[in-house]
Amino acid sequence: MSDGLQELYQEVILDHNRRPRNFRVIAGGATQEGYNPLCGDRVLVSMAIDHGVVRDVAFEGQGCAIAKASASLMTEALKGLTVAEAQERFAQFQSMVTSAHDEPPADLGKLSVLAGVREFPTRVKCASLAWHAAKAVLDGAPAAPVSTE
Amino acid sequence: MAADTVPAVETAARAASIREEFPILGIEAHGRRLAYLDNAATTQKPREVIDAIAGYYTTSNANVHRGVHLLSERATAAFEGARDDVAAYFGAAHRHEIIFTRNATEGINLVAQSWGGRHLAAGDEVLISAMEHHSNIVPWQLACERTGAVLKVVPIDDRGALDMEAFGRLLGPRTKIVAMTQLSNALGTVTPMAEIIRAAHDAGAVVLVDGAQAAYHLPVHVQALGADFYVATGHKLYGPTGIGVLYGREALLDAMPPYQGGGDMIASVTFEKSTWNTLPYKFEAGTPHIEGAVGLGAATRFIRRIGFDWIAAHEADLLAYATAAVSAVPGVRLVGTAPVKASIVSFVMDGVHPHDIGTVVDRMGVAIRTGHHCAQPVMARFGVPATARASLAMYNTREDIDQLVDALHDVRRVFA
Ligand SMILES: Cc1ncc(COP(=O)(O)O)c(C=O)c1O
Repeated sequence: MSDGLQELYQEVILDHNRRPRNFRVIAGGATQEGYNPLCGDRVLVSMAIDHGVVRDVAFEGQGCAIAKASASLMTEALKGLTVAEAQERFAQFQSMVTSAHDEPPADLGKLSVLAGVREFPTRVKCASLAWHAAKAVLDGAPAAPVSTE
Repeated sequence: MAADTVPAVETAARAASIREEFPILGIEAHGRRLAYLDNAATTQKPREVIDAIAGYYTTSNANVHRGVHLLSERATAAFEGARDDVAAYFGAAHRHEIIFTRNATEGINLVAQSWGGRHLAAGDEVLISAMEHHSNIVPWQLACERTGAVLKVVPIDDRGALDMEAFGRLLGPRTKIVAMTQLSNALGTVTPMAEIIRAAHDAGAVVLVDGAQAAYHLPVHVQALGADFYVATGHKLYGPTGIGVLYGREALLDAMPPYQGGGDMIASVTFEKSTWNTLPYKFEAGTPHIEGAVGLGAATRFIRRIGFDWIAAHEADLLAYATAAVSAVPGVRLVGTAPVKASIVSFVMDGVHPHDIGTVVDRMGVAIRTGHHCAQPVMARFGVPATARASLAMYNTREDIDQLVDALHDVRRVFA
C-alpha cells in the first residue's frame, strides 16, 4: 500500500469506521442533517447543549470510512467543550484539513489522524461533513440540511 | 455474428495495439501503469482526434458559414464534412437531420422544449424508464411542469432489465413520447430498443433514444432502428467535450420551433419578424463548436476504421472476463446483472463504502467511478447509496481488469 494511503487510512480511522462512537440520536437534542450531494452521504448530528456547554454529541448516518471516522472522532472531541471552544475547534479542524499538505499539520491531538486527507482533495468534503452539521447546531441550528457544496 | 468467432487472443493483441493509439494511456498514475476504467464517464482520445483538432487550428481556423475568404471556406468545409461523417456513422437519411449540440443533455432538452412545447398538453404522457440518467429525467419533468403532461416510469426488475410487460401496460393512447436509454450507464443493461420503438409507433408515440452510452459500444443505424430522435455525446465517442449530436427525422425537425435564437439560425431578421433558416441551422444558433465537430468527425472515422464487429466482440469478451473476476473477489456483489449487458460492471463490497474503494484503487493506478452515476433512482431501486463502477472501452485489456482485481484485494486488506 502507498504511503499516502497509509496516512489516510490510519488504524485509528479504520477503528472508528468499524466501531463508530456515539452512533445514535440524542433524544430531545438539537439536530442538524449534513448532506454531500456528490456522493449522497448523509449524517445526522445531534447535540445536548446546556448552559453554553456541549454535554453530549452523537451522530448517525451512512458514509465512507473518512466521513464516519471523522464524525465519530468529532463527537469525542467536542463533548464537554463550551460552545465557543467547540466553534474554535471546528475552525482549527477546517484549517487542518485544508492546509497545504507539505506543511506540518496543526496538532489537534487525536484529530490529527485526519490530516492525511489533505493529500486527497476529493476526500476533504467527506471529512468535513459532520463538522459542518455540528457547526450549524453550535451557531443556532437552521432548518435546511447543510451541504458541503 | 461473425464477431463472435474472433478468438480471444487475437482480440487481446489488437486491443493492446489500439491502446498505443491513445497517448494518455501511456502515462503513469501514482507511479503505476494506468488502468483507465472510467469510460462511461468519458473516453480517452486517439491521436487521430487530437491531430484533427490541432490540424484544424494550424490550417483552417475561421468562423463558418459567413466569410468569403480562404480560411472561412476551409473551416466551413471541415465543419460540414464532420456533419457528413456523423450522418454516416448514425445511418441518417439526410445530413441535415444531424444537429450539433453541446452534449447529449442539450439534445434531450432541445427535444423536450421544442417538440414537447408543441406536442405535449395536459393529460398527455411521457414514458421513461427507471434506469434513466438524470439528463433523461429532468428535462421531461420540466416539460411536464410547463405543459401539464404526466411523467410515467417503466420499472426494472432485480437484475436491472426493463420490465417489458409493464412497458406494454404503460404504453397507451395518451403516450406522446417514449424517451429511453439504449444502454444504462449505471447498470450496463442494453434495452430492446427495436422492440420498444415498434410498440411505441404502433401506439402512435414517437421515440427519443438516449444513445449517450450505446453509441460507442453498439453499431447504431437510426433508420434501421426506426428512431425518431437519437442523442449522443462526443466525449464518450472518443471525441472532444462540448460537442454532441441530435438526430431527428426530417419531418419532425421541420415542424418544430427553434430552440434558441441568434445568428446562423435565421433566414431574415427585421424588428417586426424573423424567419428561420433551414435544417439543420434552425437549431444551431450562434457560432458552433467548430473544432469540436471536426474532432468528433475524426472520432467517428476512427471508430469505423476499427469496426464494431471487432469492438463488440472484444468488449463482450472483456465484460465476461471482468464480471467473473470482480464477482469472485470475496464480499463483492454486482449491481446490474441483466441478461443483455454491455461494458459496465457496477458493484458494492461488504463493509466498504464505494468512495473508499475508489480512493484505494486510484493509488494502484486504477481509475473507476464511485457514486450514484447521475442515476439516483437506480441507486434507490437497489437500496444502495452508491456503487463502484468499472466501465470498458475498446482499448481496455485483461491486464486492466487484473490490475483492478489486485487493487480490490488491497481494498479488502485495508478494511479487513
Ligand atoms: C445514459 C446517459 N445519458 C446521458 C448522459 C449525459 O451525457 P452528457 O453529460 O455528455 O450530456 C450520460 C453521461 O453520463 C449517460 O451515461
